[in-house]
Amino acid sequence: MDSILLSALVFSPIVGILVLLFVPKAEKAAIKGVGFLATLLPLALAFIVYFGFDNTKETLQFIEQHKWINFNLQSLQNGGDFTVSYELGVNGLTVLLLLLTALVSTLAAAASVWIKDQTKGYFMLFLLLEIGMLGVFASQNLLLFFIFFEITLIPTFFLIGKWGYLDKEKAAYSFLIYNGLGSAILLIVFIILYMKTGTMNYTGLSAFLSQSPEMLERMYIGDNFRLGLLIALLVALGVKLPIVPLHSWMLQVHVQAPPSIVMIHSGILLKIGAYGLYQFGLGFFPGEFEKIAFWIALLGVINLLYGAFIAFVQIDFKKVLAYSSVSHMGIVLIGLGSLTDAGVQGAMFQIISHGLISALLFFLIGLMYQRTGTSLITHLGGISRVMPITAGFLLAGGLASLGLPGMSGFVSEFMTFLGLFKVMPALAAIGTLGIILTAVYMLRAVLTITFGETIEPLTTIKEARFVEWIPALVLTLLIVLIGVYPAVLSDMLQLTINAMMAGRGAVV
Amino acid sequence: MTLEKLLSYDWGIMAPEFTILIVATLLSLMDLFIPNKASRKPLALLGIAGVIIAIVFAVMQVGTEPTSILFDTYRFDSFALAFKLLFLVATGLILLLALDYEGGREWEFRGEFFYLLLTALLGAMMMASSADLITLFVGLELLSISSYILAGIRKNNLHSNEAAFKYVVNGGIATAITLFGMSYIYGLTGSTNLYEISEALTNPAVEQNAFLLVMAFVMLLVGLAFKIAAAPFHMWAPDVYQGSATPVTAFLSVVSKSAGFALILKMFLITFLSVQGWHNSIILELQPYIAVIAGVTMVIGNVVALRQRNIKRMFAYSSIAHAGYVLVPFVSLSLLVFKMTWFYLLAYLLMNIGAFAVIQFVTEKERSEDFTAFSGLYKRAPWVAVMMAVFILSLAGLPFTAGFIGKFGIFMSSLGTGHFVLASVMMATTVISYVYYFNVLVQIFFRKGEVDRLRPSVGLLIVMIICAVGTIFFGIYPGAAYDFFQGFDMNELFIK
Repeated sequence: MDSILLSALVFSPIVGILVLLFVPKAEKAAIKGVGFLATLLPLALAFIVYFGFDNTKETLQFIEQHKWINFNLQSLQNGGDFTVSYELGVNGLTVLLLLLTALVSTLAAAASVWIKDQTKGYFMLFLLLEIGMLGVFASQNLLLFFIFFEITLIPTFFLIGKWGYLDKEKAAYSFLIYNGLGSAILLIVFIILYMKTGTMNYTGLSAFLSQSPEMLERMYIGDNFRLGLLIALLVALGVKLPIVPLHSWMLQVHVQAPPSIVMIHSGILLKIGAYGLYQFGLGFFPGEFEKIAFWIALLGVINLLYGAFIAFVQIDFKKVLAYSSVSHMGIVLIGLGSLTDAGVQGAMFQIISHGLISALLFFLIGLMYQRTGTSLITHLGGISRVMPITAGFLLAGGLASLGLPGMSGFVSEFMTFLGLFKVMPALAAIGTLGIILTAVYMLRAVLTITFGETIEPLTTIKEARFVEWIPALVLTLLIVLIGVYPAVLSDMLQLTINAMMAGRGAVV
Repeated sequence: MTLEKLLSYDWGIMAPEFTILIVATLLSLMDLFIPNKASRKPLALLGIAGVIIAIVFAVMQVGTEPTSILFDTYRFDSFALAFKLLFLVATGLILLLALDYEGGREWEFRGEFFYLLLTALLGAMMMASSADLITLFVGLELLSISSYILAGIRKNNLHSNEAAFKYVVNGGIATAITLFGMSYIYGLTGSTNLYEISEALTNPAVEQNAFLLVMAFVMLLVGLAFKIAAAPFHMWAPDVYQGSATPVTAFLSVVSKSAGFALILKMFLITFLSVQGWHNSIILELQPYIAVIAGVTMVIGNVVALRQRNIKRMFAYSSIAHAGYVLVPFVSLSLLVFKMTWFYLLAYLLMNIGAFAVIQFVTEKERSEDFTAFSGLYKRAPWVAVMMAVFILSLAGLPFTAGFIGKFGIFMSSLGTGHFVLASVMMATTVISYVYYFNVLVQIFFRKGEVDRLRPSVGLLIVMIICAVGTIFFGIYPGAAYDFFQGFDMNELFIK
């Protein structure tokens, strides 16, 4: 069963890049139009994959496999053939992530109308970034994953460093170095696995590593060795997620990057860390994951509380949201750490829900910054009087973020804590403090912005036009949809997560 | 030696060498007879033609059985051929660079330049092919002496004079040390043939004098570390790279360095691999020290490069760092050592010569070697800027470039044999290198510079395009190079 649908999806943004090559630089409107339209193609293909996906099967679907690199190492041990294939495939989780990526990319492309100069370069890099993100989720082997992962690095560096705000270059370098180190560790882990097992395929690795401990010990992959690899993975992906002591680069990026890129960054790029932790950490080392599950949950609670506390004192709305992202990524860790069906599913819900919510909030920041030139909470006070619709969306986004029932944030937080209370009630009790704090800082920020005192210059601001709030509308509707009818996600996720939790990994 | 004996040798195996020798001689004669004012460009074209013919000969030799001639002093095997091909391709590209090198008033000796490049190439090829300390040394010296002159060929340029002088003095010392080390080996074994040495060294009598052997090993390593500019014998590189004309810099950083690696692999693996030290094979015993050299080289190269403003100095340190990377497979000594070293040198050849083509283009147009000369290049010559980005991303080891696959291979060879620390050092320094590599990209894409359009000359453009296409091609489909390399049986190196 070989279809080229996934390849077409992953590489479809190239069409846009090629078209852009032939659009003259001065035609800014045309460039923006082409850039936006180009993101519709992957979106359409992602929908085709989504509707074509059979969620009654737990197997990988739309598999593609071609021999790619033969390192000719048959002489080495363990019988693996050491060829690396170009292989793509999707399961219930990655279908959703692909759709999320395509959707957020389209909306971020719409938000890119605020980019003023060098639009051609901007959109070409933007589309390249989209290829990288789609590829990360569609890959079925480590080398391919890593290559796409690194591809996201280069355009993001330029997008932050060239089109960001005042301190953009520092933020770009900070992003580059932290993520460079993260991916360096990741690569070491990947290559060790490859050299030990002779395969890079996810399924093959899961199967290989699920052999009996004695068997693995004999191949020099003992218990401690595997634990070491898992911890290295945790650090590597912890940079991306980010896990608390490794988060400082991410704050700079959130503050300095243009809003459209932050939508992508916060909405998708951070999720790669969570996805990696799930796919590799849980998938390859289920036994070791269990051993450190408590610590992962603890890190999650620390993330949750730390992010929430600091978010409370920020005066820049961008920073509030940055710390809020740190805080919300804690929930993903908590869910994974609980190692219960409900918890893991909650974590996956959170990945998608937070992707939508943060995209919405950063879109609104862009919208307001465009008109007011500021993102400080106090300066934006009373914006509901001049931009009532925007303020309405902001309130919706804020409520979704703090987990109001009926919104997607509620479902994910509820399920995560349901899972954690089952296994570590004390930790969960402390964690719930975080949810209260979230409500506090989010309401403080959102209410000050919407109903606070108006500062004089804001009175002349005009409300956003209809076309400008379409992206916000789409995101809000999706958030509510997931909130009131979570089955749209859980139907897709159920079997994939069951397979994972049964310790079998994704079964082909 | 009778004529009969002389004629009985299979001289065909030296066809590429003879081609280069004949062309070099021809060029030197033509240079004498062409009037002073006349353009020397035809000489370069002739040189390029010669290199291409030599490449054709070399490719035709693929698959030939190992043969040795001249009393086993000169030997043809797959190892030699694989490296010769690298040298030939690199020199061909560099001649193309030199064709368009302006250099102004300081660049009077263009004719000499072309044939000295060829003699240096000949030296490198001899190094790859010799099976005897004497021929090996002759090859090394031929390469070195030609390079000394090349470094100083801009006679009226102060930096160039400084470069040549430093290179001669340091290089002379390194050569002396190498020779001294060889004399120990000769003293222990009574032979200059590498294969006989390898047999003689397994003699129990040698074992009792293991410290002499270690001395010899260390001295040879010092001498050769100089050639590849590994720390702590790297200090000459920045000054020489900066002072030399850009094509010469490219030659030193690619061909000369690769020849050094060919020699290291050949000499140490043939002679020392099976030799007992105190407890273990002597190479394994000294492995930690070589690992330290590799690690220090990577750290020094990458960290000091951060502080450089002169683009050629920056690339000098970058090439020091790369020497450290290429030492890693040698240290880890897995089955992959030849394949991964060769592939990395291939990738390095493409990305580094490509980068030097752009450097030559920009520094000549701007008359400045400061890295701010690159500012606004994206506006002035967009395609050149994009190609430079490819080279730099490849040097930094980012995906879809040959540099990434090369690094990947090196990691495979080092992690497969459990050298976790060395691999981690290499990873960490690679991330450090992002900073200075991306600094150049920031200049090219973010900074505003002059606004006039720049156009590269045809020769430069060809070099850039070949290198960029090669870098990306081997990044996406490295199998082509691996399969090609599969045709070379490296075990031939060990069969007498």
